Amino acid sequence: MATVAAVIASTHHPFYYRASTSTGAERPPFADEWVAKITAFRETLTRANADVLVLVGSDHFHQLWLDNMPQFLVGKAPFYDANWYNEEREFGLPKMFFTGQEDLSAHILRDGLDAGFDLAFSNELRIDHSVTCPMITLRPQADLPIVPIYTNIFAPPLPQPKRYVQLGQMIRDVVESWPSDKRVAIIGTGHLSLELGGPRQFGPHGPDPEFDRKAVDWIASGDIEKALGEVSLDSLWEPGNATHGFLDFMLMMGVAGAGQQADYVDTLDLFHTMEAYFTWYPKGGQS
Amino acid sequence: MSKYLMNKFLYTVDRDPELVERYREDPRGTVEWWEAERANAILNVLTAEKSSWLRFSDAEREALATHDYPALFGLGAHPFLALTLFIAMFERDYAEPLAFQLEYAQRLSHYPMPYPDIAT
Repeated sequence: MATVAAVIASTHHPFYYRASTSTGAERPPFADEWVAKITAFRETLTRANADVLVLVGSDHFHQLWLDNMPQFLVGKAPFYDANWYNEEREFGLPKMFFTGQEDLSAHILRDGLDAGFDLAFSNELRIDHSVTCPMITLRPQADLPIVPIYTNIFAPPLPQPKRYVQLGQMIRDVVESWPSDKRVAIIGTGHLSLELGGPRQFGPHGPDPEFDRKAVDWIASGDIEKALGEVSLDSLWEPGNATHGFLDFMLMMGVAGAGQQADYVDTLDLFHTMEAYFTWYPKGGQS
Repeated sequence: MSKYLMNKFLYTVDRDPELVERYREDPRGTVEWWEAERANAILNVLTAEKSSWLRFSDAEREALATHDYPALFGLGAHPFLALTLFIAMFERDYAEPLAFQLEYAQRLSHYPMPYPDIAT
């Protein structure tokens, strides 16, 4: 059976690529510290010697639209093109291209459906920065095959938070039952407190530093119970109007497992949002 | 009232470079053309098999036709869609980084919590 070599949860900040590649007067003052933190974070995936990446993210109204909106969708395709015109326009993100691990997609879909998750699927999926940002930060050579999984954190009505946790638990179980000798890293990206298109956007730090501090503690300690106790679909509007992206962190807590302390935790207080980086090495996973 | 249709306008304009420029230069004309020609097109469906019932409310049409993003926020347009498109149209007019985004926040600052419902 496959081995879960690492579980990684991260914010996905679309400005990292431009900040890290800019030079001279264009280079923001926080770029060097950010690059140093990302370089250290990248090493946590490199050390895991993964063969395959399962990448959990969320389409930002690119291919998925309100006339036909899935809650949870698994990509099942041999290849994936990535990044969109408006991401190139606003963030300077490059076009990217990935190979799919299609047999793992099929396995996740079959066993996920049988486990009670009515997963949608896509055989032609152009993926966006929720998946390409962690590739840029963690595996910039983009040389490993992937399975993208999208969650709806964006267009209400959303599933309940516990459902994201359960989906993460299911993904972990199903990857571990994949009849393969490959090493799989499960990587998911979300947000801490975040405001987009609202009065609290683009402040000197995230809109709710107190929420961010608590959230980092929940994730780092694997305290799913506390997170579920304090977070609801209604409460997530309060730290910032885009904070439902935290549901993908809760999903990754489900992947990592209840009570599992992260082996690597780092944060970076940026304008607009707090960045947060977590890696778990499941028992026997680290090479 | 159709939050869905406002969002559909923002979404379909934002993803098309020519429409972004057209909406920037001629907001009222673009909104009128779009409502007449595009509002009922189901994306990914043949033109003949379009919807028959979608139209803006007067307040929605006026907010879009005047680039009034604070009004769009109040009407429940999806904040991410509105922000993305308005950055594409107007960030270029500001010299300092984030100046447009901060003005955008300031112009929404009269909205109390909880914000207008964005569910469609």
